[in-house]
Amino acid sequence: MTSQAVLELRDVTRRFGASTVLDAVNVTVRDGSFTALLGASGCGKSTTLRIMAGLDRPTEGEVLLSGENVADKTAYERNIAMVFQSYALYPHLTVFQNIALPLTMRHLNAFSRVPGLGRLAPGSATARELITKKVTETADILSLADLLHRKPNSLSGGQKQRVALGRALVRDPVMFLLDEPLSNLDARLRVKMRSELVSLHKRTDRPFVYVTHDQVEAMAMADQIIVMIKGKVAQAGSPRDLYDRPADKEVAAFIGTNSINFFEPDDGLGQMNGYPVNALIGIRPEHLAPAAGGHFGARLETAEFLGSETVLGLRTERGKEILAIAPGDYPVPAPGSEVRLGVSPERLHLFDRQSGKRLNAEHAR
Amino acid sequence: MRRLPLAARDALTNTWLVGPATLAMLMFIFLPVLIVAVLSFTDYQFGARSFGWIGLENYEKLFGSALGRRAITNTLLYVAIVIPAAVGLGLLVALGLHRMMDWAPQLSNVLRSVYFLPVAATLVAMSVAWQMVLHPSLGVVNQTLVGLGGEPRNWLSDRSIVLYTLAVIGIWQTVGYNMVLFLAGLVAIPPELYDAAEVDGAGGNWSRFWTVTWPMLGPTTLFVLVITATNAFRVFETVATLTQGGPAFASDTLVYALYREGFVYFKAGYASAITMVFFAVLLTLTLMQFRIVERRVHYR
Repeated sequence: MTSQAVLELRDVTRRFGASTVLDAVNVTVRDGSFTALLGASGCGKSTTLRIMAGLDRPTEGEVLLSGENVADKTAYERNIAMVFQSYALYPHLTVFQNIALPLTMRHLNAFSRVPGLGRLAPGSATARELITKKVTETADILSLADLLHRKPNSLSGGQKQRVALGRALVRDPVMFLLDEPLSNLDARLRVKMRSELVSLHKRTDRPFVYVTHDQVEAMAMADQIIVMIKGKVAQAGSPRDLYDRPADKEVAAFIGTNSINFFEPDDGLGQMNGYPVNALIGIRPEHLAPAAGGHFGARLETAEFLGSETVLGLRTERGKEILAIAPGDYPVPAPGSEVRLGVSPERLHLFDRQSGKRLNAEHAR
Repeated sequence: MRRLPLAARDALTNTWLVGPATLAMLMFIFLPVLIVAVLSFTDYQFGARSFGWIGLENYEKLFGSALGRRAITNTLLYVAIVIPAAVGLGLLVALGLHRMMDWAPQLSNVLRSVYFLPVAATLVAMSVAWQMVLHPSLGVVNQTLVGLGGEPRNWLSDRSIVLYTLAVIGIWQTVGYNMVLFLAGLVAIPPELYDAAEVDGAGGNWSRFWTVTWPMLGPTTLFVLVITATNAFRVFETVATLTQGGPAFASDTLVYALYREGFVYFKAGYASAITMVFFAVLLTLTLMQFRIVERRVHYR
């Protein structure tokens, strides 16, 4: 990536009292990128976002916006838009007024904002025209035109979500921060909004930073994923990087729809030729398939037929539970029967047993 | 034994559950109100064996006589002072203490209790304290005034200021209660709204208040308004203990007049008429809350 860094966090640490929520976090968000901050709840990803927005200040470290330190700038002065998990719409304002609020704060002075009376203020008519024009444009993009006079409480979750996006979009910010914006939507709507967000990102061409605990969302939308674990950046990279070369076993466990199988050396894989005795071996279920001449065998316990694939739950002769994925047309044998499983060597992940760090196959050999 | 059909059993259960409460309400609320309403059209006196129908005469007396009008205007003036002051100060104190929670939580808690003391204390007992404080020659207020070079005043026996003195005591007593209600309202405001306001450029104190705090306090404010109004209309203890409506009925109020006419002069008919007027005012207030304002503050 050669594009310019819009926002950088340098060694940002945030402590609340005695507890360290962020520990020397380094993040770079480049122009036009779609960055996902991925992590379990309580890992510090929301705090990171708040520090980016200027709603929270780092205890140590720097926040750079286009190369400039913005420590003493408020959220508004940074001109960063933020979409909140709970949408944070103003319940007493109509959809129109909600979307218009950033503009009215910018273009109208305190007197002009007074309802009714403010219309008499000099210059407010042109400002109001501009605001109406921009809000209408934004509403058209998000297909909210019919809802402009409704109050947020009468809207569905998806509609509220659009209004929150509209409020962010209308002010033409330097970047967008989204805090788990889809987590309150039902599954079907979530998938739909996912693609809408991606097209919105293309349309605005501004960097998006997207906080989520859902790795599927992150993988589907982002071009850069930053995995955070316990207040630290565990790994940053493209979705493919994270999937193919997880930096440690925790990232490996976090990324991927079906949770990865880990094998200790005494779990019965030790006889696999060429691999070290003292490494933790990770194999994703989708890379572990029934094969006549497979590397090892396990007893079938459960089988979930999902149409395109069948998820097999098996147990090795040493009692280790594992998951494997067979194609949808795989003839499932009777429970309890022995299944041979095969894996291609380049799909194995090796981790250090003590530190959990990734070992390169060459090193481990 | 044949069992009753399900619908009949349900109806029986419902009667069991709701019946006693309904009966009690009819007996102890609706019936007395009805009796009072009927009495208000008579010249009945407590203890008398008979009464005569006099139509609207009691109401004419209340709205027509100088004394009756005095009680009404005094009450309205008292209410007009106490409502805005007690609600405004309550909000102000709540905002201050809510902010203080961030940098001095202990002090904030202490102050909260201090402000709440007048609410918890018996007003009759506190009236004695006020009598001391406002004593024409020995009271702290006048001594301070004199110390500052001012003119001492007869706070409770000067016709032109006695009602305002009572209003101040009323405010003093109500602020703490309103503050507690407003504090609860402030705590319930979702913090993301303040974050959103900050991102949107409404992060200054003034715009924060008008964009988030004030609109979100709408339901609380309405509730506080209604509570304060009903309490202010009911002003009695301070009048009874400090001034007995005097001097020269300058601090006579509706409820005090009701007490005097009913329990001192035993004019049950006239007292009932006052009660009905009082009841009508409170009913209007409550209906206003439910019908008009409530829809506007809950933003539906």
